[in-house]
Amino acid sequence: MFDYRGYGWVFWEGVQITILVGLCAAVVAILMGLIGAWGKLARSRPANLVANAYTTIVRGIPELVLILLVYYGVTILLQRTLTALLGSEVLIDIDPFTAGVLTLGVIYGAFATEVFRGAFLAIPKGQIEAAYSFGMSRVQTLWRIMLPQVWRFALPGLGNVWLVLIKATALMSVIQLEELLRWSDIGARNTKLPFTFYLTASFIYLGITVVSMLLQHRAEVWANRGIRRA
Amino acid sequence: MESLDAFFESWGLEPIWNNLPRFMSGTILTIEITALSVALGLVLAVPMALARVSYNPALRVPVYCYILYFRGTPLLVQLFLIYYGSGQFRDALENAGLWVFFREPYFCAVLSLTLNTAAYTAEILRGAIQAVPIGEIEAARACGMPRSLLYRRIILPKAARLALPAYSNEVVFLFQATSLVSIITLMDLTGVGRVIISRSFRTFEVWIFVGLIYLAITYLIAWAFNKVEYRLMGHLRASPDQKRAREADRAHAAIATR
Repeated sequence: MFDYRGYGWVFWEGVQITILVGLCAAVVAILMGLIGAWGKLARSRPANLVANAYTTIVRGIPELVLILLVYYGVTILLQRTLTALLGSEVLIDIDPFTAGVLTLGVIYGAFATEVFRGAFLAIPKGQIEAAYSFGMSRVQTLWRIMLPQVWRFALPGLGNVWLVLIKATALMSVIQLEELLRWSDIGARNTKLPFTFYLTASFIYLGITVVSMLLQHRAEVWANRGIRRA
Repeated sequence: MESLDAFFESWGLEPIWNNLPRFMSGTILTIEITALSVALGLVLAVPMALARVSYNPALRVPVYCYILYFRGTPLLVQLFLIYYGSGQFRDALENAGLWVFFREPYFCAVLSLTLNTAAYTAEILRGAIQAVPIGEIEAARACGMPRSLLYRRIILPKAARLALPAYSNEVVFLFQATSLVSIITLMDLTGVGRVIISRSFRTFEVWIFVGLIYLAITYLIAWAFNKVEYRLMGHLRASPDQKRAREADRAHAAIATR
């Protein structure tokens, strides 16, 4: 059953890219999530409006459509706009890796926005008032009081976003990014053993999921250190 | 009609305007696959959730592994495993008379979406069953209800209501996940979009249009579930009399503090 006919190496090639794309996209998603949460909580109407539109639109459209829209649509739109502006033909070519990281980051940034919004609201208001009454500025309060604690409330939600994100990297095979599923596909075609190769790929994804869950648990224990428990 | 044609052409939207019937049939296929998988998935999920909370490890452990696998791996891989992977066992499937099913992308799409959503739904139901207040179960037992009646009258109706918000999310996710079936050649909404783009090269406009249809149906599903939830939670809602009384109280309080 698990005879790869000399094509076992494809999994190692693929899993590196999958994890790299996943980690880079997670960084983008956290940044987008922090900005989005600020937009939702800020006392500024336009910021609220933009942040709400962002989460509403991204969460209402399938990932696959967004990926195709960004990878093919946005490049063509930029190309057309720049060509019209500059008057000469402009060719824009985003490589699949950058496109994948940006698209996944923007999509899961919308989910991270909701997580961070809830986490910022979970910080006891008294602590923030106490910081102000000590004369801390808004930036100091954010840096010294809120950010160190927000992770504690955000970790469970962020862990879930990560689990969905790493599975969504499989969609990147559609835009020819050479990640785990795409490499498995190459192995499957060359050996004519599609079941063997896709089953192995699925177990690798399962392994990543299980390891992530264990790490998430440890991270939560770490983030909750020094917190009294009932 | 001619002026409308000219209008859409001036905006570069004529590939969308001319292909509206195709988009319509794609939308119908998307909804059809969603509805079929949601219904079949729910039928599978209820016994799985019951097995998952069972004290018998012979029932609990296999279902736990099933749920872990289908929630821990990408849906696209599951879809490939069933659609392309079945080819590896073509002879065996032909002998069993099952190949007529597995060579159909429609069958493979519904099968993988059903198995996937069943795992997520079973986990949601498990959480809901375990969240039923212990006092209610004890009260039912004290009334002398046998287990089957206890489940039918107390636990499952209560769990269904508790599970509804999470379940509505799952239905929305499944609806969006159906876009993956376009990868195995089905002409759902996303598939139609791809074909029309390959002919017209109106990438941006077509994906925006397709996205708007998904967006509209997504929020339609969310709205419908909200309505159902409002109905089912009727006994927890304040009656019109209570509402009136509360408003009167508030008015009195407002006058008193002035």
